Amino acid sequence: MPIIIEKLTHTYMPNTISRHIAVDSVDLTINEGEFFGIIGHTGSGKSTLIQHLNGLIQPTSGRVIVDGYDMSDKKQRVKGRALVGMVFQYPDYQLFDSTVLDDVAFGPKNMGLSVEEAKTRAEEAMRTVGLDPEQFAEKSPFELSGGEKRRAALAGIIAMRPKYLVLDEPMAGLDPSGRRGVLETISALRKELGCTVIMVSHSMEDVARSAERIAVMNDSKLYMTGTPDEIFSKTKELIELGLDAPQTARLAQLLRERGVPVPEDIYTNERFTEWFRGRMSNA
Amino acid sequence: MLKDITLGQYVPGDSVLHRLDPRTKILLMIAYIVAVFLVKRVEVFFVVILFTVGVTLLSRMKLSYLVKALKPMKLLLPLMFLMNLFLIKTGRLVFEWWIFKIYTDGVKNAVFIVLRLATLVAGTSLLTLTTTPIALTDGLEKLLTPLKIIKFPAHELAMMITIALRFIPTLIEEADKIMKAQLARGADFESGNVLKRAKALVPVLIPLFVNSFRRADELAMAMESRCYHGGDGRTKMRVYAFKLIDLYAVIAVALLIAAVVLLNRFLPTFLP
Repeated sequence: MPIIIEKLTHTYMPNTISRHIAVDSVDLTINEGEFFGIIGHTGSGKSTLIQHLNGLIQPTSGRVIVDGYDMSDKKQRVKGRALVGMVFQYPDYQLFDSTVLDDVAFGPKNMGLSVEEAKTRAEEAMRTVGLDPEQFAEKSPFELSGGEKRRAALAGIIAMRPKYLVLDEPMAGLDPSGRRGVLETISALRKELGCTVIMVSHSMEDVARSAERIAVMNDSKLYMTGTPDEIFSKTKELIELGLDAPQTARLAQLLRERGVPVPEDIYTNERFTEWFRGRMSNA
Repeated sequence: MLKDITLGQYVPGDSVLHRLDPRTKILLMIAYIVAVFLVKRVEVFFVVILFTVGVTLLSRMKLSYLVKALKPMKLLLPLMFLMNLFLIKTGRLVFEWWIFKIYTDGVKNAVFIVLRLATLVAGTSLLTLTTTPIALTDGLEKLLTPLKIIKFPAHELAMMITIALRFIPTLIEEADKIMKAQLARGADFESGNVLKRAKALVPVLIPLFVNSFRRADELAMAMESRCYHGGDGRTKMRVYAFKLIDLYAVIAVALLIAAVVLLNRFLPTFLP
């Protein structure tokens, strides 16, 4: 069953001078098993939007329905929330326990699992994200490096075995190898557990590489949705919105403006290289 | 959640009160407190109330702000009133029902205490309503500077207050994010008894503390890299000077104190 977002509007501090509409009547359906990317510049409402997905904040108007559970209803929300795992941007906001293992087991314990079972799940999740339990289980989460912290935080959510995994800027502030590592982990997870991934990012490269469907947020509104092919063929529009397009797409756009006929569906390094090779051998 | 809390009660404006030197305002507030405590008779509070309302109007602040300032005392004031009303047993008996007896002195004292507390809180709130926290700490620093002779760290104290005030909104926002992150992992802050709820806060407080220490470290580094070395030889961007309006303000408060003292002595009694 999908996640259905209907006419979702969220206003911060309503009825005051500083009221601010963060999300404005967004309609969106996220299908089961998808890798769904949400892009938009800072303040476009993407973080606010995804916080509705597991009921952390309530819509000012509209509805969010996760597998048939209405997240506005207090009782249904508990059930819906168990399906949606939410990984926040900064792991520093959630790591707290004395050892990595205990920290990862925090979620499963809250789900009412026994300590034993929670630990088993925690170890499993640590292995999934590439943190060897032998090496990391008894370490303090505060001793970890940035990338390791991110993995530990991710493991803390995965250990709860969510059906939908929501990631808010999972690669922000990581170096290229850390980014690649996290992205690979997410893709592997998807194959292994078959969960739906919803990823918010403003790195177009990351989204272009892995998402199957993309939503573009602009000025609190849903600007467009589509496959990466559909979205990144509109490089010019994206740039006008103040969004970045993937570097390759920008290069292709610049070439097009100078009269080189680069096809519209070229926005990843791999495709560009392929096209360029073909062109070179034809010439 | 926590985001809806507004902090500080400064209301921006350009009134006479806003333009006063913060040092004058701090000192005059102390003088005002003295004036309130000098009042010996209920009737004399009329002058103090008149003064407070007058100053509020002068600050172009709505009178409702004075009422708002009294809000935190909505339990204390009635309690004080009732205790004084029923527990003072001198003067003439004016009312009796079952075990409750009210005497004239009780009534007088009850009204007196409530008026004293109310004028005290409402009047002093004008200081924080018309002065930015920065100006307030600046003024405080200047006023405490003479104490440096006895090695009192005036500048450091002011800097500490400024930094603390600056980071309150940051901390609130961060606490909000941490709470959400733990809620997403199934933490429950709302059910159970007091002990259970306090325990549920541990996963929020630890990241909050860890992040605060890290931030303090980074802030210290950033300040040092900009050559901050404490108060010695440091100049101020805003230089406060004693102006004509400050003099008028001093005269006004002096008149209030004089009026209170004289009325205490010479106002004919018309209360029983």
